[in-house]
Amino acid sequence: MNPSAKRPPRQVTAGEPQAQVLTFKINDIDVSAREGETILSVANRYNITIPTLCHLDGLSPYGGCRICVVELKQSGKLVPACITCPMEGMEILTHSQQVMESRKKILELIFSERNHVCAVCVSNGHCELQQLATDLGLTHVHYAYRYPHLAVDASHHHFVLDPNRCVLCLRCVRVCAEIEGAHTWDVMGRGISSQIVADLNQPWGSSTTCTSCGKCVQVCPTGALYEKGKSVAEMVKNREFLPYLQEMRDRKHY
Amino acid sequence: MTLTLDDLKHVAETENQRLSSYQYRINICVAAGCLSCGSGELKTTLKEEVKQRGLEDRILVRGVGCMGPCSKGPLVAVQPGNIFYQGCSGADVDALLDSLDTEPVERLRCPADHPFFAKQHKLVLENCGVIDPERIEEYIAAKGYEPLYTALRTMAPEEVIEEVSRAGLRGRGGGGYPTGLKWSTVANASDRTKYVVCNADEGDPGAFMDRSVLESDPHRVLEGMAIGAYAVGANYGYIYVRAEYPLAVKRLKKAIIQAKRIGLLGENIFNSGFSFDVQVRLGAGAFVCGEETALIASIEGHPGKPRPRPPYPAASGLRGCPTLINNVETFANIAPIIRNGGDWFSRIGSAESKGTKVFALAGRVKQTGLIEVDMGTTLREIVYDIGGGIVQEGTFKAVQTGGPSGGCIPEQFLDMGVDYGSLAKVGSIMGSGGMIIMDQQSCMVDVARFFMEFCMSESCGKCVPCRVGTAQIHELLVKIIRGRGEMSDLAMIEELCGLVKDASLCGLGQTAANPVISTLRYFKDEYLAHIQEKRCVADSCAKVIITEAL
Ligand SMILES: Cc1cc2nc3c(=O)[nH]c(=O)nc-3n(C[C@H](O)[C@H](O)[C@H](O)COP(=O)(O)O)c2cc1C
Ligand code: SF4
Ligand code: SF4
Ligand code: FES
Repeated sequence: MNPSAKRPPRQVTAGEPQAQVLTFKINDIDVSAREGETILSVANRYNITIPTLCHLDGLSPYGGCRICVVELKQSGKLVPACITCPMEGMEILTHSQQVMESRKKILELIFSERNHVCAVCVSNGHCELQQLATDLGLTHVHYAYRYPHLAVDASHHHFVLDPNRCVLCLRCVRVCAEIEGAHTWDVMGRGISSQIVADLNQPWGSSTTCTSCGKCVQVCPTGALYEKGKSVAEMVKNREFLPYLQEMRDRKHY
Repeated sequence: MTLTLDDLKHVAETENQRLSSYQYRINICVAAGCLSCGSGELKTTLKEEVKQRGLEDRILVRGVGCMGPCSKGPLVAVQPGNIFYQGCSGADVDALLDSLDTEPVERLRCPADHPFFAKQHKLVLENCGVIDPERIEEYIAAKGYEPLYTALRTMAPEEVIEEVSRAGLRGRGGGGYPTGLKWSTVANASDRTKYVVCNADEGDPGAFMDRSVLESDPHRVLEGMAIGAYAVGANYGYIYVRAEYPLAVKRLKKAIIQAKRIGLLGENIFNSGFSFDVQVRLGAGAFVCGEETALIASIEGHPGKPRPRPPYPAASGLRGCPTLINNVETFANIAPIIRNGGDWFSRIGSAESKGTKVFALAGRVKQTGLIEVDMGTTLREIVYDIGGGIVQEGTFKAVQTGGPSGGCIPEQFLDMGVDYGSLAKVGSIMGSGGMIIMDQQSCMVDVARFFMEFCMSESCGKCVPCRVGTAQIHELLVKIIRGRGEMSDLAMIEELCGLVKDASLCGLGQTAANPVISTLRYFKDEYLAHIQEKRCVADSCAKVIITEAL
């Protein structure tokens, strides 16, 4: 994949000086950013934690889950930190009341969308969604659970897809297309009936594009993709390979 | 060989001579509305009968575009004399022909001085229902493509943009962004390749303004695009039309071929050195594909899902190139602006919104159809004069504008002039031009539910607030309509509306809550009646409530 695809898109104007530095404020602290850097990456450098879900370093920006929203102090508007580039003089609040409440409601919506019963999940204890709930202090969901009945796909030799645990972050789609180059996964349908499918809605095991590399399983934040043979709470994921691969590609070590 | 102004004038003259060589011209609407009630057959029968009677040299029978009162079709107009007939069929052919040299057929007559016609101001629609959309000669005879010549040969691109800016034209696709400003942003980009895209996706339920323009006057849109392309420095354009509009697609494609054949599209137009080519692209009818970034993704062959802006298409659009994207009606306004000047245009309309607006008037008024009025025309004039009032002497309750992104405006604002600002102030939007009139029979909770269901099923599913939020709100509205709602549901709806509005990625989600918010603002009593008294004010949910309660 083209390495520029990993960076968020930005407005290009003619003759602009390269690597401009701009200053802005996060939580009333002066910070500086290189042009094109996202609010999220600046915040990380300054040890300010912004929760994320769909974002994963090494994959193209997506901006779907909206867990990372931050508030623009001047206008009160919410913007996703993972895909928004700061502008000179911007003032950003990462933990205002509006931000915290919105994140919690968004997280609740995610929990209400599918069937997330942690107690019986292979990822219990190692799940990013569960961790978010802990971090954001979410103890119960006050929206109605939708509990759709979605069929589990266990047709693959090594892996299982349980769409009931899927949060549609599309990390699997992106890692497969951008890093592995197979593009086995994509989304079928739209809106509330969106669903992850292998090839053109084939059983994963009969996919002719899947290389069984397992990258999708490792990047999946929940127990939606897991290795066969893992029992409750046994599925621990390893994402170290991504920054490593990215680094090697940037240096053209293939 | 390139076309010259003299060639153009020659085409116009020849065509005008052809038309005036007939003693009578019988115009039959062949836009989709009238075609669906048999105007195609009517035209064939009339033609045959004229032939039988040996009157082919005296009487011209021809198809024209939309005349407006679509619900009364098939519509026929006899020129000269401007005699309108409605609801004509094959059985009326003899009567129509017999009447030509005597008195008009009273039983079919639709008075041309009816306020439906008299209160309108046709600018965008000036050729609709007047010329044959399938003949470029007729468009040229109506002074078409002269503005293109003026722009290409007598104006610099900056002057064209200056004229459009001075006109005060704002985008008709819904957002109302100043067109001149958008054009100059694209023009200022230094990239060599730029594109012009015409947004003809028109996904709002009940809206058919853009379809009618494309079916009735396709050259007008092509001309606007060509002028826009010249102004911003693009040589290639796309028209993105939904596949559900086969007639519009057919006429557009035909128009493109005709324009290319005589040199109004293609290389070196009017010997100006400017070249412009257009292609039609079909959309599969997803509402979200009307959103500009999703539309661009769709043209590129990707799934039609929006991406965050900035960058705006004007900076990085189709294939990463600066892209001018405007609505059909926006482009249709360009030729008259170049012909008559920006100042002329800026004198039409209200103080803050210039020009006219085409609306698809629907719902509980006597006269529905396609209308065009000056910006600033009051809702009362639209409902009671043009629309002829409420059917069955019912009482007006609300007017819905802006479709699924808009709101319901109650009676107290009937005397408000319709423009971008006034509609926003009362919690609705101009949108693309859908206008639905509701009377005492409509349940406002059900109206809100209808639009929420639309947004829910048209959400692309990319972002959580829109994907799950709209589904949750919809479920709560259904619960209330079924008489099972509680007061806490109302609070939850309000909370979710705020979240969906503030945290969604694109315009679909950001505006999806508007119909609910505006009905809660003006018709909260109806929500309360459903919840507290298990009763629907409009009686329309009564059956549901009773059966569910049993
Ligand atoms: C969900 C959604 C649907 C839209 N649908 C349309 C449409 O059908 N036609 C249209 O012209 N603009 C539509 N728009 C607006 C376009 O994104 C864009 O603003 C417009 O085409 C710009 O043209 P204008 O400046 O001439 O209005 C839609 C926007 C959203 C958010
Ligand atoms: S399967 Fe996992 S990685 Fe893929 S979209 Fe669902 S939650 Fe995300
Ligand atoms: S707001 Fe709705 S339509 Fe727009 S990107 Fe989000 S899910 Fe898709
Ligand atoms: S982490 Fe930013 S939108 Fe998902």
